[in-house]
Amino acid sequence: MSGNELLIAQGITKRFGGVQALSEVSFTIREREIYGLIGPNGAGKTSLFNVLTGIYPADAGQFTFDGRVLIGLKPNEVAARGIARTFQNIRLFGNLSALENVMVGRHVRTHATVFGAIFRTAGTRAEERAIEKRGYELLEYVGVARRANDLAKHLAYGDQRRLEIARALATDPRLLALDEPAAGMNATETAALRALLERIRQDGTTILLIEHDMKLVMSICDRVLVLDYGKKIAEGIASTVQKDEKVVAAYLGGDIELDLKRA
Amino acid sequence: MDIFLQQLVNGLTLGSVYAIVALGYTMVYGIIQLINFAHGEVVMIGAMVSLSVINALVGAHVGWPPLAIVVCGGIIAVPVCMGVGYALERVAYRPLRRAPRLAPLITAIGLSIVLQHVALIIWTRNPLAFPQIIDVVSYHVTSNPDGARITNVQVAIIGISIAMMGGLVALIYRTKLGIAMRATSQSQEIAGLMGIDINRVIALTFAIGAGLAAVAGVMVGTYYGIATYQMGFILGLKAFSAAVLGGIGNIGGAMLGGLLLGIIEALGAGYVGDLTNLCQLSNWSTAIAERCASDPNLTLFGSNYQDVFAFFVLIGVLVFRPSGLLGERVSDRA
Amino acid sequence: MHALIDVKHPAVAKIGVVLIAVALAVLPFALVGIGTAWVRITNLAILYVLLSLGLNIVVGFAGLLDLGYIAFYAVGAYTYALLASPHFGLHWPFWVILPIGALVACFFGVLLGTPTLKLRGDYLAIVTLGFGEIVRIFLNNLSLPVNITNGAQGIAGIDPFRFGTFSFATTQTVAGVTFSGPVKYYYLLLIVVLVVIVINLRLQDSRIGRAWEAIREDEIAARAMGINTRNMKLLAFAMGASFGGVAGGMFSAIQGFISPESFVLVESVNILAMVVLGGMGNIWGVILGALLLSFVPEVLRYTVGPVQQSLFGRTLIDPEVIRMLLFGITLVAMMLFRPAGILPSALRKRELESGRTT
Repeated sequence: MSGNELLIAQGITKRFGGVQALSEVSFTIREREIYGLIGPNGAGKTSLFNVLTGIYPADAGQFTFDGRVLIGLKPNEVAARGIARTFQNIRLFGNLSALENVMVGRHVRTHATVFGAIFRTAGTRAEERAIEKRGYELLEYVGVARRANDLAKHLAYGDQRRLEIARALATDPRLLALDEPAAGMNATETAALRALLERIRQDGTTILLIEHDMKLVMSICDRVLVLDYGKKIAEGIASTVQKDEKVVAAYLGGDIELDLKRA
Repeated sequence: MDIFLQQLVNGLTLGSVYAIVALGYTMVYGIIQLINFAHGEVVMIGAMVSLSVINALVGAHVGWPPLAIVVCGGIIAVPVCMGVGYALERVAYRPLRRAPRLAPLITAIGLSIVLQHVALIIWTRNPLAFPQIIDVVSYHVTSNPDGARITNVQVAIIGISIAMMGGLVALIYRTKLGIAMRATSQSQEIAGLMGIDINRVIALTFAIGAGLAAVAGVMVGTYYGIATYQMGFILGLKAFSAAVLGGIGNIGGAMLGGLLLGIIEALGAGYVGDLTNLCQLSNWSTAIAERCASDPNLTLFGSNYQDVFAFFVLIGVLVFRPSGLLGERVSDRA
Repeated sequence: MHALIDVKHPAVAKIGVVLIAVALAVLPFALVGIGTAWVRITNLAILYVLLSLGLNIVVGFAGLLDLGYIAFYAVGAYTYALLASPHFGLHWPFWVILPIGALVACFFGVLLGTPTLKLRGDYLAIVTLGFGEIVRIFLNNLSLPVNITNGAQGIAGIDPFRFGTFSFATTQTVAGVTFSGPVKYYYLLLIVVLVVIVINLRLQDSRIGRAWEAIREDEIAARAMGINTRNMKLLAFAMGASFGGVAGGMFSAIQGFISPESFVLVESVNILAMVVLGGMGNIWGVILGALLLSFVPEVLRYTVGPVQQSLFGRTLIDPEVIRMLLFGITLVAMMLFRPAGILPSALRKRELESGRTT
């Protein structure tokens, strides 16, 4: 299932005041992988996302994405390069409808200008129709199509998470970076999410996933990176990593054996 | 050199007033991240109320010493302003504590307008004047008999301001209320969980700021001898610029910013005026020569641009050093 | 995804539109019957509608609080006045000057926006307020060493709009119907406002409009989705400024005289009140807000005055003061009780109609 190297991280380091959030983190994600990023709270997972997507610059190290280095890019430029993300605390456009949220995602791949908007040129109208069509398609794809015209802030929690994924997919990303997409979901919703992520991967998008739900991680991730206090303590195939002593110690602080293979 | 010293003296006096008003802005911003647009109007109310009282006392020929009369004006103005400040918080800001940032800002603007016009109704357009009851005495600052001077009123203003600033610092760093205020400005939620009555703390912050504003109002009324319903706005804006200059939310910053802004304004109006005195160009333009015959102080960027200095300072600080000189002290409301 | 007008019954809508069109067409003549001043008041109200729609782009669509919007109005007005009055002896035609005015205002918008749009909401508000004041102070003082703006005295004798021999300032009778100057301007303003409304509706329902609303809702998320927020914000500023500039030019011509006094801070706040009353981002609401806050104070002026006289024997409260109190109270009351504006948003209605509420 693995292919070329899509994202290469080399020595990513980031400090916030007195806190070393990330320390020489290096890893590689291959195309069409589902790559997990796990670690105890405060390990630096979201910080890594933020550095990757241009919200903060790294103090040292660099990301190479699809052969090109990501240096000094602003978040919107990172999105244009093909990395889309969701947020730990869900950042939807609350007063826009679900459909409009996804349509906003199309912004970076479309071109209509003010001129086109005001004069409703043929090209602009065609583009608008295409944007709306794609919007409905993506809502269908993630399973919230019946709520297309509802305000995003009125959606149920699980629907909001899926809407955020749809919006990110609208940017036609090569890499989809999801920050705890299963947070707050019950077993049924998580199973549906797993199916969705698998479908996304099969349709050609690579996924980078921060998650705390170990069942989900172990069942869907090809490989996993484990961070603790900003440092990488393990990387590799999920089943191998889960047995790594350092990983167990990081999570539990002791030498209790974990039985993570419950059905 | 003496002109410089004189401007410095004037600037310090003006700056002391700005500092006191800036403290009100900075305390409120520090605790709820809101620019209290209506704060300038509270100063205006302080000035108007105190001048009304002072004029009433003088008109009734009570024969008290001038200091007592002024203090009496202040004693009445302070509770009135504190009441206004408390009412503002209760009625307009507390309900909007969870609303998006734009909402309380808009409300504050609206309140500013309402307060101005209520004052207009009460006191009419006619300015209130400070009666001639104080014997202004000036003291030499240097040994030069023609040099810079400082008046007793100026000394009083600077002295009272320092006293108030000291009092506020003592309040914030030495009392239980002060700790509560600092905790609430760090994190409302946690402070609440620790048993602090946030509503009370915030209301008191507004009230204390308003009390300071009242004193500032009395000082302005006494120093400039005049007060109108419109004086609050520009003064408020400048004081806010001072607070930002020093670092919003930062008590020391507000004081420093206030003093600096006062000095910048005094020096600026004086020197830029000299630099751009158009009469130097009289040889080149008959129009200018004509005007200069009657007005030798014709300046391009003179005192009529004085207010603009504060705006430029504000814009400059926000664009180039938004955290101010001494750094911001606000909780992270991201 | 906002339709031109959200309706359930297109036939009713069409009849409604025709009725409104007819009413608007005959309005000036009805007003002349009450008093010619009312046509001027109406024209001023339409100018405020223009300004509110312009500010709505900045505050309503993009969520940027601009408290110095009146500066763009001033720039447009002075551009026209300087190019079509005895002041410099220039008398350019209006269809040349108005676009220039829009461009100059647009330029100022970009000038102001470039260093300041990265500031957070409340700081941006204060800075824009400062900018508005700076413009006014400069207009007030630029009479030396070169007399550019004639300072506090303002510029008088501004040319009305002219088409060859047809002038908007003269009274003409056509087919037995008398068109006075203000009435002619009324129809012109009506056309301009209709064009501006269409532009606004199209902008709102476009890729650009969605980007603005995304920025308003959550700038960080908008950026993460690939929107160049800095450029979009600048664009909103520039567009809003352009509308202000055009309105300013028309104001100059219609009034024939301008001075810095017309462009004080309080006017910026008034326009903001109109946008807030209508519901920020809601085009029809904003129009209604502008009309209400333009006409109600005028109506009060003509009624409250005599009432006060009869009740108290004198005018306790000046109509101007009542007007300003009304604006201030509107701002406070709307934010406290109905921040979404007096008209429910079309989107919310659609949501309710699809059967879902929460």
